[in-house]
Amino acid sequence: MRRKGLTQVSRDSLAWLIGLVWIIPFLGIFMAAIRPLGEIIHGWWRFESFTPTLRNFIAAWNHPAAPLSQGIVNSLKVAVPGTVVPLLVAAIAAYGFARFKFAIKTYLFLTIVMLMTIPQQMIAVPIFQIMRNLGLVDTPLGLVLVHSAWGIPWILFFMRNFLTTLPIEVEEAARVDGASDLRVFFQIVLPMCIPALVSSAVLQFMWVWNDFFLALILIYSPDKLLATQRIPLLRGMYHIDWGILTAGTMLVMLAPILVFAFLQRYYVRGMVGWVSK
Amino acid sequence: MKEKFLRPLFFVPALVLLAAFVIYPVVNTVWLSFLSPDGNFVALDNYADVLSQQEMVDLRGFQRGFPYGALIHNFMWLVIHLPLTVLAGLALAILLRGVRGGSIIKSIVFLGMVTPMIVGGIILRFMFDGSIGIVPGIARLFGGSPETLTAYPETALLSLILGSLWLWVPFGMVLYSAGLETIPSEVYEAAMIDGAKPLSMFFNITFPLLRPITEVVVTMTFLWDLKIFDVVYAATMGGPGGASNVLALQMYFYAFRKFDFNSAAVVACVLMLLTTAVAAPMMIRSAREAR
Repeated sequence: MRRKGLTQVSRDSLAWLIGLVWIIPFLGIFMAAIRPLGEIIHGWWRFESFTPTLRNFIAAWNHPAAPLSQGIVNSLKVAVPGTVVPLLVAAIAAYGFARFKFAIKTYLFLTIVMLMTIPQQMIAVPIFQIMRNLGLVDTPLGLVLVHSAWGIPWILFFMRNFLTTLPIEVEEAARVDGASDLRVFFQIVLPMCIPALVSSAVLQFMWVWNDFFLALILIYSPDKLLATQRIPLLRGMYHIDWGILTAGTMLVMLAPILVFAFLQRYYVRGMVGWVSK
Repeated sequence: MKEKFLRPLFFVPALVLLAAFVIYPVVNTVWLSFLSPDGNFVALDNYADVLSQQEMVDLRGFQRGFPYGALIHNFMWLVIHLPLTVLAGLALAILLRGVRGGSIIKSIVFLGMVTPMIVGGIILRFMFDGSIGIVPGIARLFGGSPETLTAYPETALLSLILGSLWLWVPFGMVLYSAGLETIPSEVYEAAMIDGAKPLSMFFNITFPLLRPITEVVVTMTFLWDLKIFDVVYAATMGGPGGASNVLALQMYFYAFRKFDFNSAAVVACVLMLLTTAVAAPMMIRSAREAR
């Protein structure tokens, strides 16, 4: 018994040591962000002088070349519709796959699922040309459309798996009463899907907010750049201005961290749910 | 019953979006990879051409060190990062299960997952910085040289590969944690009564039962390693001198720096062949299971 108590203590301390290793990078950027560059230039862990300040945050927020205030607004303009549109579109299609019977259903479903494995690099060049032809290059709408299409396969897969676990009796009863497919979907099925919809929304929002590659290709006017695109621009010309750069990274991470803090359960469920049943 | 004719409408919005912004561009890229810059069909000539470029495969690396070319760099990423991610994810999940405050530590570790990868790249650059970074700082304690590790060809790629464990191990940990919860404790109790040792319980019970999870973690990590872009873009831009270049970044350079769309299409297609070959079995199986 005594030995067991000892191993428990060593396990606890090992676990907390690992937790420390994982938080040190965040602690580092936090320290670099709240202190003047002169104080941290020989290491952010030195505390000979310590004068916390918000100057770096303000400088990143109002940066002359790449103000993050504007970037965060632009990112929201893409991430919110880029979450709502694919969620609705994929949920409707998922219902069709879960409940309707038709000839090529299995093959169609497999094809859509397989689209998940395609790397974004495969659409990079043509998508620019398509958006230019549609007049949507360098607009939030163009990026929203691409993110919506890109999100459909996995949301559809996730939602369909969830829908097959729902009891069908309620829907059948409503049908007997003469409700149409659309009414059954919107009034009966959709409300039952709310947990799965929240999980999908959380993952899709993070995905779109954190995206860099698609934005890099489709958005190029300085005033339209998204938050993630502005991070590399905060580096500074001749030397890296770590204060502003780290403050900027913290501002960009604010949205995903808030979502994670309040919806962690849904996030984890979404992550686990679509890869293993 | 007239209603049934409306049922295809459930699929129309999704299929239109997929056709216009995923399937058409993918087919277009495949087609581009077979064309010469002036639009003639040249079959696989582009592939032979691109795969013999130094940016992609540079065999001289085996004599003089980095760079080895983007394709080989991606393979190095796989060889080092994939097994370490799986092992560390599993080890963390097991360790944190019976620990006081384990859920708090899990949340901390999980922060790496919600970090935008472009920020992840900046943070790695920060960690490895010669004057301000903590990794050279610790190395200095042990008498090491205080250099910026991402700025030298010999260390740039390895720093990124090892550093990115911090960003991606959380994924394995979360999946394995969820998997461990599904194993009923009776199984262990029964084994204990039979006198099984902890180590043999792990190899005979835990690991086999977690097999489906391991498949998912291995597949997703494979994809992550092949598609890596933001981290390298932010931390080193593939440098110095191409020493940390990867396929996705090379594709971007071809397409948007050199405006050589055909070579870019070739790199993208190579990448897709690799990702699809790896992921197809898992995707098909899980789609079948879900039926």
